[in-house]
Amino acid sequence: MHSICSQATTLPRSNFAFDSRSPAVPISKPVNLRFCGLRKEAFGFSGLTHSCSSRVRCSSRGHSKKISASAENNGTPPKSFDYDLIIIGAGVGGHGAALHAVEKGLRTAIIEGDVVGGTCVNRGCVPSKALLAVSGKMRELQSEHHMKALGLQVSAAGYDRQGVADHANNLASKIRSNLTNSMKALGVDILTGVGTIVGPQKVKYGKVGFPDNIVTAKDIIIATGSVPFVPKGIEVDGKTVITSDHALKLESVPDWIAIVGSGYIGLEFSDVYTALGSEVTFIEALDQLMPGFDPEIGKLAQRVLINPRKIDYHTGVFATKITPAKDGKPVTIELIDAKTKEPKDTLEVDAALIATGRAPFTNGLGLENINVVTQRGFVPVDERMRVIDANGNLVPHVYCIGDANGKMMLAHAASAQGISVVEQVTGRDHVLNHLSIPAACFTHPEISMVGLTEPQAREKAEKEGFEVSVAKTSFKANTKALAENEGEGLAKLIYRPDNGEILGVHIFGLHAADLIHEASNAIALGTRIQEIKFAVHAHPTLSEVLDELFKSAKVKSAASSHGLVSEPVAV
Amino acid sequence: MANVLQTSFLPSISSLRRTPISGSKGKSQSLQVKAKIREIFMPALSSTMTEGKIVSWMKSEGDKLSKGESVVVVESDKADMDVESFHEGFLAAIMVEEGGVAPVGSAIALLAETEDEIAEAKAKSQSSSSTSPKAVEEQPKQIEEAAPDVPAAAAPTVSASKTVALWSAVHPASEGGKRIVASPYAKKLAKELKLDLGTVVGTGPMGRIVAKDVEAAAAAGTTAAPAGTVAVSPSKPAPVAPGIELGTVVPFTTMQGAVSRNMVESLSVPTFRVGYTITTNELDALYKKIKSKGVTMTALLAKATALALAQHPVVNSCCRDGNSFTYNSSINIAVAVAIDGGLITPVLQDADKVDIYTLSRKWKELVDKARAKQLQPHEYNTGTFTLSNLGMFGVDRFDAILPPGTGAIMAVGASQPTVVASKDGRIGMKNQMQVNVTADHRVIYGADLAAFLQTLAKIVEDPKDLTF
Repeated sequence: MHSICSQATTLPRSNFAFDSRSPAVPISKPVNLRFCGLRKEAFGFSGLTHSCSSRVRCSSRGHSKKISASAENNGTPPKSFDYDLIIIGAGVGGHGAALHAVEKGLRTAIIEGDVVGGTCVNRGCVPSKALLAVSGKMRELQSEHHMKALGLQVSAAGYDRQGVADHANNLASKIRSNLTNSMKALGVDILTGVGTIVGPQKVKYGKVGFPDNIVTAKDIIIATGSVPFVPKGIEVDGKTVITSDHALKLESVPDWIAIVGSGYIGLEFSDVYTALGSEVTFIEALDQLMPGFDPEIGKLAQRVLINPRKIDYHTGVFATKITPAKDGKPVTIELIDAKTKEPKDTLEVDAALIATGRAPFTNGLGLENINVVTQRGFVPVDERMRVIDANGNLVPHVYCIGDANGKMMLAHAASAQGISVVEQVTGRDHVLNHLSIPAACFTHPEISMVGLTEPQAREKAEKEGFEVSVAKTSFKANTKALAENEGEGLAKLIYRPDNGEILGVHIFGLHAADLIHEASNAIALGTRIQEIKFAVHAHPTLSEVLDELFKSAKVKSAASSHGLVSEPVAV
Repeated sequence: MANVLQTSFLPSISSLRRTPISGSKGKSQSLQVKAKIREIFMPALSSTMTEGKIVSWMKSEGDKLSKGESVVVVESDKADMDVESFHEGFLAAIMVEEGGVAPVGSAIALLAETEDEIAEAKAKSQSSSSTSPKAVEEQPKQIEEAAPDVPAAAAPTVSASKTVALWSAVHPASEGGKRIVASPYAKKLAKELKLDLGTVVGTGPMGRIVAKDVEAAAAAGTTAAPAGTVAVSPSKPAPVAPGIELGTVVPFTTMQGAVSRNMVESLSVPTFRVGYTITTNELDALYKKIKSKGVTMTALLAKATALALAQHPVVNSCCRDGNSFTYNSSINIAVAVAIDGGLITPVLQDADKVDIYTLSRKWKELVDKARAKQLQPHEYNTGTFTLSNLGMFGVDRFDAILPPGTGAIMAVGASQPTVVASKDGRIGMKNQMQVNVTADHRVIYGADLAAFLQTLAKIVEDPKDLTF
């Protein structure tokens, strides 16, 4: 059984210039995006047959192995360990690491203080995909022109808010129980409580009001994820001023909602809200909407996703103060110019969604016990996810993956990092190539990307002295897209004409999120354009958009095919 | 400046070769027209392209452009492409509107270097478009649209005066109407329909202008008068029906369309009616006395009504959103007047404060303007209470439909000599008129109307206060 979230929301870094990039690694890609990319489940238990609620329980093993804390052995590593690997945080990153660890024969435990699944499953990718599925269908049914062109007749489409909300909630529960079951079935111990590192190779966990348990492990992975970032001056009441956590419950569909931040989260929610009848005002601190996307894709996306919809926007402004609606007054938003700091405008709207990115959730981890100082909350790591302490030295046996390290805030990136760590602790050196990790935004149509944007590629090319070329194909020429009457879209390839290396691929169009993987796999495996252009694509499919893209690239003949090289691309 | 001037023209072939690859190089060519006003041309985006369609203007007239910034999206035979500005300056005039088609190489917009030159460039855009024979022959549509400043050339909807007293669109935080609060879609629509939001009356939550307000205003060819029954654009008179031909179906004029829409909309308001018989002997006597000073009966009735409203603010209130009372700060009496093919409601503003002579002069002026179809929006759409009088036809009683956006309307019948029994058991003759008020029961209750009518009757029966 291969299930689960193909991907997910979101998180932009736009407003408030909330830069999550880890200074340790010079990735020049916008990073705080968050996506799901769950590994397949090992066993086919469905949530129903394995009658277990989504609540996790302490396994008996966890209890039996507990040892009491004592001051004298805090500073020294224990000789024998309860586990080979302890993962703090059972989100998608922790889950991916746990499954791979079991496969490698490690005795593994995972500590979760909240619910299994983390942000992605409970408050991110998964429920948002349910809402976006609804919005996509609504949009289609409401598009008279589109329906007419297909010869379909639909009378007024409507929706039931609670029904939509339930769909999102049910999906999250189902995925959560799938996740829990997959770990239990493999023998991963799920320990409930907040995990804290108390010393080298030693972790304490426990619920509030219960005695703490202490467990030891050879290696520890921190995978505590992130929470929505709310800039100061903004008062979140959960009703009229909300974050993505609240919005996903869809407790209301306001007539007019302001979305602060026009990155992934903001964009996806604008898609949901406008499809359900809201009008949207974007507030973006940077000078243009959708920062972080390739500029050309961003422009096209703005023409399709923003301009024709009931959306307006203010760019180059900060929301310095947002007051929830009360006493019959609307939500008020005070805007100042991002550069001059002069007051610019005041908006009164029915609701405001704060989508200004995500902040790492690393408080209470006990990092001080291993002499680690966070940087704006992020745990500093090297390219192998090894935690770096205050003196710049590696902390042995401690790793940090996912949003908590801020390298690339995507669920599937966390999972990939976790797998990379497990590879390392089981004796195989592994460095994850972050440039091969795809990202997607599930608007209608979708946006996806992998590798560098054009400006980033040109900057790199200038520094390193190589040439950059760009190839583009349009969805307008694709049979399948036209059959669906969804010809709007563009695929863009950024490459080196001298050796055929793929530097980046950006797609805006129907099912872009599913199409990107041909490109991301090519980058991950080091496949060159001159090789991949001979791969065959079924006709007629959307994948031919990429086929045509690769074929339209002009690689210099000197670089022509020299067999299937697989030189890994440097990180 | 020097470098801006020197590179004004690029051969189209070289630019098109490069564009599909680089994507970021400037694709527009500009020719120096005058010292500081440049034309933006329809670029050749492919070797086979002969004309291009403007998909959308990414900038509006008056916007500042920096070099390399995208100005317009052009659809060629191959793909849609952004066209970037080659120079810095201000987008002075758009000569080909969105959706328009222009041949490659023809001017589609003008770029002014400074803000001061925008006006000059606009003038230029009109003259140049008529002196471009190629464009005229090939693209008559383009020419028609090339002069956006000529009213009604491409825009059948006409925006009305900007000086509207926004009493009814006042949003709690809109600083007394100085700021316009409109939803994103309303703004978008207004821009598309070339409608000045300042003239639109908001009916959304807390008086916010929402899309349907803009649509209503646009369909009416003017603002939706809260006085409801009437909406006439002063600058675009409704055509006069040339006598009625039996057996034909005649579509509504814009004014009649607006009336129709307002009437249907009124069905969503729960109204009720309260009638009252008022003796007018004293009023008639007063009228006779001051008629020579130009005082009219309409002004007297309006004045009396306003004085009564001053004592009963709730009857001067309205319900905008279904959740709240809007207590209007002024008492503006709208009076329905029949005009060719419809009716209009000129408004006597602050009727409670203005003296009866001034009020009468004002009324005469308004009626003259209404006949000449020169009423400004604030002169017919700011009423808070409406009077409708059919007494001159001998109608003794009728009821009126409440105009959406107001709280009450009073239907006034003819004052007629009536035989009445007085309390002391005698029978006498008195002039009496019947009035009948229709009100929105969400905000105005039966007792409110009753008390208001009682006050009104007292004022009319003892009218000395009317003249101060």
